Amino acid sequence: MSTRRLAPDEVQPASFEWSKESRAKCEFWLGKYPQGRQRSAVIPFLWLVQKQEGWVSRPALEAIGQELGMPYIRVLEVATFYTMFHLAPVGKHHLQVCGTTPCMLRGSGELIKVCKNRIGDHHHVTKDGLLSWEEMECLGSCANAPVVAIHDYYHEDLDAESFNKIIDDLLAGKEVKPGSAIGRQGSAPEGGPTTLKDPSLYDGSLAKPVKIPNLPEKA
Amino acid sequence: MVGILEDKDRIFLNLYGLQDWGLEGAMKRGAWNGTKDILSAGRDWIITEGKASGLRGRGGAGFPTALKWSFMPKEVKDRPHYLLINADESEPGTCKDREIMRHDPHLLIEGALVASFAMQAHTAYIYIRGEYVYEREILEAAIKQAYEAKLIGKNNVHGWDFDLFVSHGAGAYICGEETAQIESLEGKKGQPRLKPPFPANAGLYGCPTTVNNVESIAVMPTILRRGAAWFAGIGRPNNTGTKVFSISGHVNKPCNVEEAMSIPFKQLVEDHCGGIRGGWSNLKAVIPGGSSVRMITAEMAETVLMDFDSLSALKSGLGTAAVIVMDKSTDLVAAIARLSYFYKHESCGQCTPCREGTGWMWRVMERMARGEAEIREIDLLFEVSQQVEGKTICALGDAAAWPIQGLIMHFRHEIEDKINKYRASKGLVQGAKIAAE
Repeated sequence: MSTRRLAPDEVQPASFEWSKESRAKCEFWLGKYPQGRQRSAVIPFLWLVQKQEGWVSRPALEAIGQELGMPYIRVLEVATFYTMFHLAPVGKHHLQVCGTTPCMLRGSGELIKVCKNRIGDHHHVTKDGLLSWEEMECLGSCANAPVVAIHDYYHEDLDAESFNKIIDDLLAGKEVKPGSAIGRQGSAPEGGPTTLKDPSLYDGSLAKPVKIPNLPEKA
Repeated sequence: MVGILEDKDRIFLNLYGLQDWGLEGAMKRGAWNGTKDILSAGRDWIITEGKASGLRGRGGAGFPTALKWSFMPKEVKDRPHYLLINADESEPGTCKDREIMRHDPHLLIEGALVASFAMQAHTAYIYIRGEYVYEREILEAAIKQAYEAKLIGKNNVHGWDFDLFVSHGAGAYICGEETAQIESLEGKKGQPRLKPPFPANAGLYGCPTTVNNVESIAVMPTILRRGAAWFAGIGRPNNTGTKVFSISGHVNKPCNVEEAMSIPFKQLVEDHCGGIRGGWSNLKAVIPGGSSVRMITAEMAETVLMDFDSLSALKSGLGTAAVIVMDKSTDLVAAIARLSYFYKHESCGQCTPCREGTGWMWRVMERMARGEAEIREIDLLFEVSQQVEGKTICALGDAAAWPIQGLIMHFRHEIEDKINKYRASKGLVQGAKIAAE
């Protein structure tokens, strides 16, 4: 289990207000669940709060509880259980370094060292408010390890050098492009796929009407 | 030719995203081809064909997919039926569903329609892990295309009203467990439920629900299009079909690749991954099915076939077919200690043996990784792991115990070496107490 608490009172804002954009997204999510089951939207709602504010504050939890008809404690339970929710402010660029074994075997330790050297402890925000980092549990991109998620997108096949470069670019206000740092095509083997080379798969012949085999006799 | 499977027998033709993921591209590759004929053959035919194909669930447990569908009530009474597609891919080593969702989403959407029809569900949810933001965006866009083309939705061309929604989690591994996922989708903490009642009787919102892995659902339309006999003809009996393998760790070229079931491990790695880093003799151990299975040794890996039966014969498992390869440079104790940390972090805290046991095992593993332990503690650790295994509501307790058991079964000497080295450096003799837990 991971024990997580809300940020101390002095950090908590006085109130929370949805932006117009987030509000519209809330309606989109509410439309997905049956009548009377709007509580199902609590995780998407918390995520929208985090996208809007950068983190999840107590007033936001209260607002969500009221909106979805949930007691505050139930919202608090969800916010503290799911580890993607930041319960305290993070840096403008929050680096999520995967540290689980498949990434560890491919050198995520080096990336964590970079973070420690350049930023400090995990969840520490640099003085300028630009950087923070945390170690994540398996991000599910193990064939492209090691992986760092930045602004929701995955940067793959990193090493200390390419990771440092990404941080430099972030600090310089440049846009960073997600994907493989060594130019791999998705999760294909380095140097190009060993499979899926038959051109007849892609010439449209598979779209011609098919006869489904073994169909039952029409009664 | 590399590997066993020929290109014409692959299902995921855009596994690497070289082609268009959109509806037009997917249809050109054969998606949504003959779907109406499949549906008009009736649900009994779909389930019979599904069973005949031998498809076993691709999410780890390997339960026959169509058999699971047949557990749903035959008649829809006062409660609607639901299909829940498990896209909470978080098992360390596993990264296959991600490729399906971002590169071949229409196969999944088509499969969702076919599966929902087979179990008389008019609504399906895809529960995707929160970290897969890009994949979620693609899925939403692909679903929108399918609605606009009237392939799904109310009054669609297939004649079965069907709504498909994407929902997401927020970083909890346990939500990959089916009942935890249902709880999470209902807006609660993801804590697994006691079974029975099984989801097929009382699942999402208390209604009959079937939870299936992304890959299990996405392969079904192609199986039905090409015939159960085609799928059953690949691999070995009871281990049929094609499978997306995720190979990570110390191979020269880690990758995802769709291959025939029962491909020899050696061929899989040699043909698609450029071999083991530093050559075959540099191999130390392999975790063949995602972090939750026991590891196998290099000698076992020499001849093992990658399927359910041959791996379980070695007391390991195929799991999600996520192969984590470790060469001789690996500190195995540290590698498994990191997995122990993972399970400690991801335990939902509901059952005492798991909540307390995962933390205890992790702390002992950390000490052993430093050598700061006693030889007799190895047996103690093994014993405690057996007290966690099988004593909890869900399988997370088992999953936390097995990697440690695999380590002790096959590489006990590595732990002993570490302990002896540490003690020698401190000038301690065996039996002297050095650490209290």
